[in-house]
Amino acid sequence: MIYLDNAATTLIKPPQVIDAVTEAMRSMGNAGRGAHGSSLSASRVIYDARCKAAELFGCARPDHVAFTGNATEALNIAINGLFAPGDHVISTDLEHNSVLRPLYRLESEGVISLDFVPADRRGNIDYGGFDRLLRPETRAVVCTHASNLTGNVLDLARIGRFTRQHGLLLVADASQTAGCLPIDMEKMGVDVLCFTGHKGLMGPQGTGGLCVREGVQIRPWKVGGSGVQSYSCTQPPEYPTRLEAGTLNGHGLAGLGAAMEFLLQTGVETVHAHEQALMRRFYEGVRDVDGVTVYGDFTASDRAAIVSLNIRDCDSGEISDALAEEHAIATRPGAHCAPRMHRALGTVEQGAVRFSFSYYNTEDEADAAVRAVRQLAAETAC
Amino acid sequence: MRKKELMLIVTFHTTADAMAMEKRCKQLQAPGRLIPVPRSISAGCGLCWCAPTDSQEQIRAVMAQVGLREEAMHTCMV
Repeated sequence: MIYLDNAATTLIKPPQVIDAVTEAMRSMGNAGRGAHGSSLSASRVIYDARCKAAELFGCARPDHVAFTGNATEALNIAINGLFAPGDHVISTDLEHNSVLRPLYRLESEGVISLDFVPADRRGNIDYGGFDRLLRPETRAVVCTHASNLTGNVLDLARIGRFTRQHGLLLVADASQTAGCLPIDMEKMGVDVLCFTGHKGLMGPQGTGGLCVREGVQIRPWKVGGSGVQSYSCTQPPEYPTRLEAGTLNGHGLAGLGAAMEFLLQTGVETVHAHEQALMRRFYEGVRDVDGVTVYGDFTASDRAAIVSLNIRDCDSGEISDALAEEHAIATRPGAHCAPRMHRALGTVEQGAVRFSFSYYNTEDEADAAVRAVRQLAAETAC
Repeated sequence: MRKKELMLIVTFHTTADAMAMEKRCKQLQAPGRLIPVPRSISAGCGLCWCAPTDSQEQIRAVMAQVGLREEAMHTCMV
């Protein structure tokens, strides 16, 4: 099988990741819950993962890296922990439901008011939209770094300048870019960076986290066991314990630490260049095929390694199934949890077939996918 | 059981700080190790840095150098 569903999860991981998880499951106690060797070993591994995440994302303090089960949990912690009644939040049409649903819920509960910078038919936003939506009670911009449907990247540094200029918070969803695009949250002006471990970072599922800039206070979304201050009735206020009630996924974080070490050694720029080359090779191969519609803006220099397309008016699910059954190529059809983006593209009914590339894909695989699309386009011609 | 000795005990607000302390002390060759917080200091739980009492200046210098803040610093029999 040729696996081109890496925007959902990377299937092939660096072997060091698998080794680290295996070793952790043989040896790891509960981090922060004792001073015996097994517990300390777990604490060391997890602290090492914090240091690597801080280095990878330009977070000034490793103790401001809090681990979660995934990006959705990180985004829920940030969104539910930052806003107060009366706050206004600006987001964009590019968002995944992991951003949209927590925001919609706060809006429906009357806590926040909410506006979106719209996307055009190519999936781009007008950055002037942030200025137009700004109000005295605006508290934050919550947005993705890259669309999980089109691969279009938002200019976080530009948005960060806007939020800094107006005293707002910037909460960024790096689900599609962590490990794939260089990120420096300090330089970009990001206050809270939410990431998942199992996509571009190439770690295990069940890992993720958020990096919090010093001075940003997030109310704990969950409270409970912390391993410290056990007789206090409240969650300890210090990061990362503040946001990490309950036992962490130590085995998974051992793998995530190994994955981030692999990325730091390999270089995110190297990974980015390889994925971009495959994405562009595939795009060039399918863009002019009769009956194929490709979505997104490919004139931009920086993109996530995603190409979403449709063939004629065929159901995206049928095309994806044909790719899997007849060509052994794994892709993702449907709505991709990105309802506003599909509305902007006009693909609500049809969905789209998403091809997404990783560091472990090859040119031969991209070429095979091009041939498969061409054949399906020919087969569906009248 | 080994005989108790008077030791320097540094407690921290979080386990992450305790782990940072261990990492930095190893890097800078400062003495000590992580142990459970002695009951005479706190009835809670968690990790603390235990070092010889005569290393207090060196330990403080390491913490100042790397920007680590203690919750408290004690000397007690452990």
